[in-house]
Amino acid sequence: MAKRIGIEVSLAVAEAVKLADTDVIAAYPITPQTHIVEHLSELVADGSLDAAYIPVESEHSAMSSCLGSSAAGARTFTATSSQGLALMNEMIYIAPVLRTPIVLAIANRALSAPINIWNDHSDIMSVRDAGWICLFAENGQESLDLTLISFRVAEDPKVSLPVSLNLDGFTLSHFIEPIEIPDKETVDKFLPPFVPCFKLDIKAPMSLGLLGGPEYYTESRKATDDALLASKTVIKKAFAEFNDVFGRQYNVVESYQAKDAETIVLAMGSISETAMTAVDELRAQGKKVGIVRLRLWRPLPIEEIVEAVGHAKNLAVIDRHLVLGAPYGPVGLEMMSVFYSASQKPNISNFVLGLGGRDVTRDDFKYIFDRAAAQQGQTRYEIVGVLE
Amino acid sequence: MRAADVPFEKVTAKNFPKGPDSLAPGHRACQGCGEVLALRLLLKALGTEFIAVSATGCMEVCTGPFPQSAWRMPWVHIAFENAAAVASGVEQAVHVLRRKGRGHQQRIPVVAIAGDGGTADIGLQALSGALERQHVDFVYVCLDNEAYMNTGIQRSSATPFGANTTTSPVGVKSKGQYTWKKNMPAIAAAHGIPYVATATPANYLDLMNKIRRAVAIEGPAYMHVYAPCPTGWRMKAELAVESAKLAVSTRIFPLYEVLDGHYAIRKVDKPTPIADYFKIQGRFRHLNAEDIEAITKKVNSEYDRIVSLSETFPV
Ligand SMILES: Cc1ncc(C[n+]2csc(CCOP(=O)(O)OP(=O)(O)O)c2C)c(N)n1
Ligand code: SF4
Ligand SMILES: [Mg+2]
Repeated sequence: MAKRIGIEVSLAVAEAVKLADTDVIAAYPITPQTHIVEHLSELVADGSLDAAYIPVESEHSAMSSCLGSSAAGARTFTATSSQGLALMNEMIYIAPVLRTPIVLAIANRALSAPINIWNDHSDIMSVRDAGWICLFAENGQESLDLTLISFRVAEDPKVSLPVSLNLDGFTLSHFIEPIEIPDKETVDKFLPPFVPCFKLDIKAPMSLGLLGGPEYYTESRKATDDALLASKTVIKKAFAEFNDVFGRQYNVVESYQAKDAETIVLAMGSISETAMTAVDELRAQGKKVGIVRLRLWRPLPIEEIVEAVGHAKNLAVIDRHLVLGAPYGPVGLEMMSVFYSASQKPNISNFVLGLGGRDVTRDDFKYIFDRAAAQQGQTRYEIVGVLE
Repeated sequence: MRAADVPFEKVTAKNFPKGPDSLAPGHRACQGCGEVLALRLLLKALGTEFIAVSATGCMEVCTGPFPQSAWRMPWVHIAFENAAAVASGVEQAVHVLRRKGRGHQQRIPVVAIAGDGGTADIGLQALSGALERQHVDFVYVCLDNEAYMNTGIQRSSATPFGANTTTSPVGVKSKGQYTWKKNMPAIAAAHGIPYVATATPANYLDLMNKIRRAVAIEGPAYMHVYAPCPTGWRMKAELAVESAKLAVSTRIFPLYEVLDGHYAIRKVDKPTPIADYFKIQGRFRHLNAEDIEAITKKVNSEYDRIVSLSETFPV
């Protein structure tokens, strides 16, 4: 029987990794991800999870070991944040092309410098082009559910790609929330055992990671992109089947009060819960505002985004990462390109906020709704709440 | 069981492994390459029932331009500095899958193969981690050609004193490499692992038996294999084996094993003059008698250290 308990979100993610019967975990500690791997070490130590826990000496080796383990046919998990993800960077780019379905939980944290342990999205944005499926969780239940869904999607033979599950550091990872922990039989109905498409096997030898010269490099990159784009269908199907089994429906793009909204804020991660409160208050004053949240960031769900926000007069795009030297943040820039050729498009503006753990309040969102409606043709991002 | 007592099937001239090489012909190593010779002998001793993990470098590049591969066993290459970490993941996966009934029942050795750069420099951290974690079925082989050959003969920390490389060039103010070769076998042994060995492709039965012993022993094993590189050492292509013989007979590359911390060295009582070894390699051409004397002193002191260890802590 599923049970609803108060549990720290990091621990709930670890519980999901256990429910998934994960085979190998290779991880290195970094705040705010540590509670996930600490709890996994405990689960392995007390025998409740039959897995190998490899206490590697760095994140670079964590992802390297994950690549080896996944290639050898084991269900593989790791978790990191910020500098850890930066140190993994070289390996992050290799995993998709070698089609290793690793699941990586990222407790999102700002990149140095200055060194800062708090939340923003600069870590994941530094690897957004690598070919990983990127999911963003909004709350604790989603974090657990999306962990299970991540394994299911990653290992689908039509996909066979690594998945990063992003959960905001501290504001999500360290909160205790009421979360329904499913029972093992129900999880088994949703998540079949891992049957790798290929593996390092002495009875059927293959070579993995060969040199790809000019004759093959483009094709192998393109093949990975094709698989990544095609994964959207599998993700949607997994969401639907998750709903059938667990009764919780997820969508690649979520909307709140957006259908008739004139001004929409588009955001990712846990701040959308603050934004929803702001929307409730503004709606009470008769303002037509709404929120759209991307649960899926890679592959970018273009059609669903257009459907969710295309009708709005104004679209305010939130970025939790400052791209130095560029006109817009990564999400802002992508929304501009999604609508560039559309005949009917919203007036798009881009707001950067919540960097390095800076608090984001309802008032910030109220300001953004007003500002997005009032200005036309913004030519550069605006940082909300910066002290000049 | 003591590492020294672990049984393994010995390779002799009579029962030399038959059948096709585990490393297929047609690879693209340079003519006379001593590194690929060492690799081929290692793989011949191992057969095909193991998993190979390569680091980026000459041996990886010359054996695998897609869609061709010279590897007849399951093989994976991920990057330059992480063969030990990749192998750790493979090894643990193999164990878990066997335990959970999803793998083969037999022991499957995981053998990581890297150059001296991938081992002594950029890969040292990953290697140290893997040795420290005491992986049971993990063997690490360093093929030491004493420089970054794949990228064009740049110095590494395993390049010997005085060697001329493209980043330790000889000039008015330089005698080539100004540091002494990093002692990788000693570093590996300091991890307290059950087996460390040195080998050369010239002493091929010795090399093949050492890798057999390395995989038979439970626990991490480290093999440091001398790998003459005619291209990088500016040496005639036919001299790879000769240079390996000289490396041993001059005491430059002592052949020894460390079994559970106990040393066994193949003694060289009457060493050949080091100048004979230098003479055939262009990379040492600029060294004068004084330099050679200093090098001889250093070489003898390391040799004496291992002899004394083998007397104090015999196998
Ligand atoms: C992170 C990284 N840095 C640098 C390189 C470039 N690189 C590839 S192989 C190599 C040298 C390999 O030297 P070694 O390990 O001694 O092997 P060899 O080619 O001599 O057999 C270098 C520097 C790389 N591939 N990755
Ligand atoms: S450069 Fe040296 S090690 Fe590399 S393939 Fe040529 S001879 Fe062999
Ligand atoms: Mg080398």
